[in-house]
Amino acid sequence: MIEPNPYKSLFAASAQNKRRAAAEKRFHRLGLAAIFVGLSMLAILMTTIVTKGSGAFQQSFITLDVALLEAKLDKKGTRDLDNLKKVTTFGYAPLIKVAFEQVVVARGIETDLTSKDMAAIVSKSAAAQMRDCVLNDPGLIGTTAEFKFLANSWIDGYLKGRVTRETIANNKNVSIAQLDFADQLIELGIIGKSFNIQFILGADASDQRPEDAGIGVAIIGSFAMMCVVLLLALPIGVASSIYLEEFAPKNRLTDFIEVNIANLAAVPSIVFGILGLAIFINTMHLPQSAPVVGGLVLTLMTLPTLIISTRAALKAVPPSIRSAALGVGASKMQSTFHHVLPLAAPGILTGTILGLAQALGETAPLLLIGMIGYVATNMPETVSQGLLSPNSAMPAQIYEWAKRADPAFYERAWGGIIILLIFLVTMNLIAVTLRRRFEQRW
Amino acid sequence: MNSQTIKISARHVDVHYDKTHAIKDVSVEIPSNSVTAFIGPSGCGKSTFLRCLNRMNDTIESCQVSGDILLDGENIYDPKVDPVQLRAKIGMVFQKPNPFPKSIYDNVAYGPRIHGLAQGKSDLDALVEQALRRAAIWEEVKDRLSAPGTGLSGGQQQRVCIARAIATAPEVLLMDEPCSALDPIATAQIEELIDELRQNYAVVIVTHSMHQAARVSQKTAFFHMGTLVEFGDTKTIFTNPTDPRTEGYITGRIG
Repeated sequence: MIEPNPYKSLFAASAQNKRRAAAEKRFHRLGLAAIFVGLSMLAILMTTIVTKGSGAFQQSFITLDVALLEAKLDKKGTRDLDNLKKVTTFGYAPLIKVAFEQVVVARGIETDLTSKDMAAIVSKSAAAQMRDCVLNDPGLIGTTAEFKFLANSWIDGYLKGRVTRETIANNKNVSIAQLDFADQLIELGIIGKSFNIQFILGADASDQRPEDAGIGVAIIGSFAMMCVVLLLALPIGVASSIYLEEFAPKNRLTDFIEVNIANLAAVPSIVFGILGLAIFINTMHLPQSAPVVGGLVLTLMTLPTLIISTRAALKAVPPSIRSAALGVGASKMQSTFHHVLPLAAPGILTGTILGLAQALGETAPLLLIGMIGYVATNMPETVSQGLLSPNSAMPAQIYEWAKRADPAFYERAWGGIIILLIFLVTMNLIAVTLRRRFEQRW
Repeated sequence: MNSQTIKISARHVDVHYDKTHAIKDVSVEIPSNSVTAFIGPSGCGKSTFLRCLNRMNDTIESCQVSGDILLDGENIYDPKVDPVQLRAKIGMVFQKPNPFPKSIYDNVAYGPRIHGLAQGKSDLDALVEQALRRAAIWEEVKDRLSAPGTGLSGGQQQRVCIARAIATAPEVLLMDEPCSALDPIATAQIEELIDELRQNYAVVIVTHSMHQAARVSQKTAFFHMGTLVEFGDTKTIFTNPTDPRTEGYITGRIG
């Protein structure tokens, strides 16, 4: 027999109530603490990335007036392009030494350096830069032109504070005298830092010239891969989702397929990489390191995720809409394409963009098809080149830089991460906006 | 047309869902130009039977229908019959108003469009207007035909759904508890409408409300546990039922 409780005031909390209230308060604090830890981790991560990577967007440049002597560059004086091309970068290098000697005299710089050591503070890319310039406009020969050369990575590091007189004590690449010389050039405004668009648009450089390396070609590679993924994964994924969700009979076979799609979504990406190596490269003989192969591998990797999210979007369309369409005599296909698919489209698009973002940041499968380790120095000129000629991709390029010895590359790896994150955040923002804008409520 | 012309004739219909025997040997004759009400307690199979009449049950895989259902003497379960074509002839209105999340105009125009019933824009406009007028909603929506159908009130939505069903020029109109989600005022409007629709269609309505059945229908079928207990003129069913179960349900003793 249950007796009614004896009278107790509502103002006096019972022991059990006190325990319950304390437990709730604990849980509340725990949740807050978890969020705080999460946010501070994110803040630390972001600050680290920005402080370490922002340097890559700034580069030290040396501005020099170089006399383009006809005697060195065009001995015959014909300005014939074929003849001019015969002069290699070795023909141009001495001009830089001469330019430095002239600056030292003209501006009264005190230094014991030989002209060779002075010229060494300029990037190894300088001679090629001059040659390209002259071949573009042979009329420059015989005149004195102003060039903005990249400083080599040690001088650049000195300007950015990465290199100091103490750290280079036993360094063969740069001497204290060169730093003294650089100091005077800085004072005269000949060396200075400025925004380096070439880091975003340019190509990777050999490991002798970190100052010249850019991520542009790898961005093109990633873009080509994403095009392949979008063109293949979206139609295949949406078509198979529609079939499975709207048309397929529910039986053992479709159950089996469903379970396996879920399993595929959990397969480590490197497995898809080795699959791509075996099928696309070894059996189908597609070119190694090519974005088209990367795109195919990433398509395989993205498809299960895309199918799962598309099916979820289709499932979210209320059955009453299908009944309504069938009720007025629409066929199954008309009901699907006129009513269900348009309603599911925002969800499908969101899933696609998130799938693409995942594929964009994927590194492991690219390892096995040779996109990591390839030094992407040439900008593809045509669409087919963009797809079929070897290239790198953004995460692959970052990995490549991070493992090179020169600390200047380390800075570029962080810079690359900033660019990659900007792409990923942009894609996620688009996904969120799409979802917000087109979300239907019934 | 004689009001006693038989539009749909169901003979010995059985429906199974996997192991459940949902409809047991039901035979019923639905006259044209009148309203036939299916009443009965929840789970008695009245909705299932209604959905057999336009083969909506085909979409449920486990559902097995046997027996004959004749529309104007033609068996609708004949293998030669395309259920899609059948559903254009037998319109359906559902329990919950389910307008497409499109404009009111597009909701009503959808049927005529996919069946090619209208030649040109002006023809379609006229058809939409006619359907909305018949569904007694034209005056309320004529100025906002491009507004979304989902933005209307429940009663208005249901009338748009009726207009949508009418627009495909069906011969029979099936209504599965069309007023169960509506307030009394909207219900009264729909009931009035059903009475008018009787002039042109054979209307079959499933309802929980015995009062509604008594108000709108000429024929009533009482279902109980999958069987058709009694079928006859509404007046007779409500005043002088032959089966004690019918009497019990109508007087509120069972159900």
